[in-house]
Amino acid sequence: MPTLTVDGVEVTVDPGTTVLQACEEAGAEIPRFCYHERLSIAGNCRMCLVEMEKAPKLIASCAMPAGDGMVIHTNTQKVKEGREGAMEFLLINHPLDCPICDQGGECDLQDQSMAYGSGTSRYDELKRAVSEKNMGPLIKTTMTRCIHCTRCVRFATEVAGVEELGAINRGENMEIATYLEQALDSELSGNIIDLCPVGALTSKPYAFTARPWELSKTQSIDVLDAVGANIRVDSRGQEVMRFLPRLNEDVNEEWLSDRSRFSYDGLKAQRLDTPYVRKDGKLQPASWGEAFDAVVAKLDGLDGAKIGAIAGDLACAESMKALKDLMDLIGSPNIDCRQDGAALSTESRSGYIFNSTIAGIEEADALLIVGSNPRHEAALINARIRKRWKMGNFPIALIGEQVDLTYAYDYLGAGPATLKEVAEGKHSFAETLKKAKRPMIIVGQGALSRSDGAAVLALAKKIADDFGLVSGDWNGFNVLHTAAARVGGLDLGLVPGEGGRNVKDMLDGSLDVLFLLSADEIDTSKLGNSFVIYQGSHGDAGASAADVILPGAAYTEKDATWVNTEGRVQLGRRAIFPPGEAREDWTILRALSEKLGKTLPYNTIFELRQKMTEAAPHFAEIDEVTPSEWGTFGTEGPVEDVAFTNPISDYYLTNPISRSSRIMAECSATFSKVKGEGTGTNG
Amino acid sequence: MSQVIETGKAFEFTAENVEKAKKFIARYPDGRQQSAVMPLLDLAQRQNENWLSKEAIEYVGNFLDVPYMRVLEVATFYTMYNLKPVGKYFLQLCRTTPCWLRGSDDLEAVCKNKLGITNGETSEDGMFSLLEVECLGACVNAPVVQINDDFYEDLNGENFEAVLDKLASGDVPPKGPQIDRINSAPEGGPTTLLEKTEGA
Repeated sequence: MPTLTVDGVEVTVDPGTTVLQACEEAGAEIPRFCYHERLSIAGNCRMCLVEMEKAPKLIASCAMPAGDGMVIHTNTQKVKEGREGAMEFLLINHPLDCPICDQGGECDLQDQSMAYGSGTSRYDELKRAVSEKNMGPLIKTTMTRCIHCTRCVRFATEVAGVEELGAINRGENMEIATYLEQALDSELSGNIIDLCPVGALTSKPYAFTARPWELSKTQSIDVLDAVGANIRVDSRGQEVMRFLPRLNEDVNEEWLSDRSRFSYDGLKAQRLDTPYVRKDGKLQPASWGEAFDAVVAKLDGLDGAKIGAIAGDLACAESMKALKDLMDLIGSPNIDCRQDGAALSTESRSGYIFNSTIAGIEEADALLIVGSNPRHEAALINARIRKRWKMGNFPIALIGEQVDLTYAYDYLGAGPATLKEVAEGKHSFAETLKKAKRPMIIVGQGALSRSDGAAVLALAKKIADDFGLVSGDWNGFNVLHTAAARVGGLDLGLVPGEGGRNVKDMLDGSLDVLFLLSADEIDTSKLGNSFVIYQGSHGDAGASAADVILPGAAYTEKDATWVNTEGRVQLGRRAIFPPGEAREDWTILRALSEKLGKTLPYNTIFELRQKMTEAAPHFAEIDEVTPSEWGTFGTEGPVEDVAFTNPISDYYLTNPISRSSRIMAECSATFSKVKGEGTGTNG
Repeated sequence: MSQVIETGKAFEFTAENVEKAKKFIARYPDGRQQSAVMPLLDLAQRQNENWLSKEAIEYVGNFLDVPYMRVLEVATFYTMYNLKPVGKYFLQLCRTTPCWLRGSDDLEAVCKNKLGITNGETSEDGMFSLLEVECLGACVNAPVVQINDDFYEDLNGENFEAVLDKLASGDVPPKGPQIDRINSAPEGGPTTLLEKTEGA
């Protein structure tokens, strides 16, 4: 434990800490461009110079390991001049175009030039100009502004695991580019925009739309996958301008996946902003009163067994609770939140959540992935797995579709037969799991959304039981969800009651009335003659099949709760108001219940949350993962000899919001199509 | 400007070069085959008429199981890898101070007048390419031009022209000093230590 003195303050730091980190610990601010705590050390910007006693010259603090007895000064004249010198060199080729640069106002170079620069320029030679580089539909480049910190290159190589970005040429001619200027094909590519300390890499869709000081910032939760990444919603007036990640070490660290970051223009398109009622075979705008009357007329006196409800992938816990309570009051057991038909039950909570937790991946020492492509289903969890893999000694095996996961793995097989082999200990990977101290298994929806899903789940549980995946404080059994609503729905018991029908049985056209709570991933052609009520925010599959549409709020337009795949309860907060006549979802159900004469027993969201906590106590534990007791789940039985297929065929178009987004459509055309054609030139 | 030039023709090491490449890779520990990228690029360049095409770069990437970008970074960093086609004879003309003082300007003029090429150009017949380079480390024999792998030293306008003429006619003149001189020994033969001293 080296102890050193920084500006007269003595600090003791862990071995391996750099001088820069020690300075921060001592409370001294060190300017930097290339250094980033989650990336490898480059030491090329020279901005972090500090004075070390007995050293002949200033040292780059980011690259110098802290040593015992070092005496560091960060506020001497020599340091000031060193920083001014470094700044002057950085600014030599940096254009003075801040007024037309999107980074302006949130630019490290701008801020640090103000704080540590000399204030005037002595440079009157020519500056170099660099041509713009194509990096795809998401990243706008102005490479003349690049100061060659190589954060983007290191991020792509180390975190994203796509080695397509690099520095070509050398010296003054050095340029950052992708190989042959192809689009950067990673689902984490947007993060290099945040990492770029200057305006060289900026967001293409966001370009020239807003300045950071005009934006209202709302801390919220992403719901476009089941990771529950913490986001900041930047809005101006009644418009969401962009999403940025928010630091949460337990969930997303400081990254955000591209779909979650860039789907925001989908919030403005295809919106349901007024109720609709189908008249003469056509959906026509109506008032709330007319819409409710149409629903009441249909439901009045109807037997509960003839009514069904499906909760979709983006639904918040509040609306699902209200839906569940309403169905109970109506007397219908037909309710389901598992749109994809996953064979998950509410028997034991540990049977449907990601028990290890996302941060727990870093402690695991063996991993078996079953029927999942985490890169598409939960890009940030995949980044965590890659982070763990890079530390070494982390055998990974995959059963399912063979895909590029950005890390090496043993491919065991395609279907349940291989899983069975492992479960019965006949496969060599079973030994690896047995020997590991903290082994984990990730079961994807591709393995569960099948007719033999329950048997597959039972096999996975057998592996967990037999090979010591659950022991002491470690639970290595994990279900990876793709929908933000799923865990909350299961927590609140949105599964068929006694004699009730599940999604598959509800879709046989025999129900009189079907209530879709933002459920769009179902086969609407099977709805038959059912009277369909759709409540949701976007005009997608569900709405076009509906007879009555109740316009709801998107996730940026309501205060609501979501539970991520770990079982972590997180609060999303309203950034803007829903458009037009649209309302927050639970209030719609509350109003409808009154019209039906079956009033839900809550008038405020707090009373509703009280009820949620009564149904599932962990809803009171915001931002926490409550460990779940290991229970029984899954049904042993025969498995089919059919390979697992991953649930996501197009990463960019998994939900109604992304499908409404032009940015996502462009990404899908750029990336997903290239893969389909298989030109063989994209590595 | 595109980063690399695509020829449309597949590139593949000859059997002999595959053996050589394997030897290079064997110099590094297992899993560190990326370290062999420089000798392999050189091997590829020699096999590919002294330049690296997109196909050659990607072949090396595949050979080493290294992303193409990592190979391209190396290939663009070092000036001795040519990323566009060069003539049969690749002239690297030293322009650093000693050669310049000893008349490298004259050699440049020969290239311009005789071959019609300036820095970075290739003659129309595809025989010669000229590249001005920094110190080749043969200052004692300045001025010097490196033609493919060989140094031609102590050049002046006339003897450089003679060298070029010979090359153009398909003949390869002897490398080294082009005047009466052995390597770096004095002109006209040794000048010191001519007599044996008694008792030595």
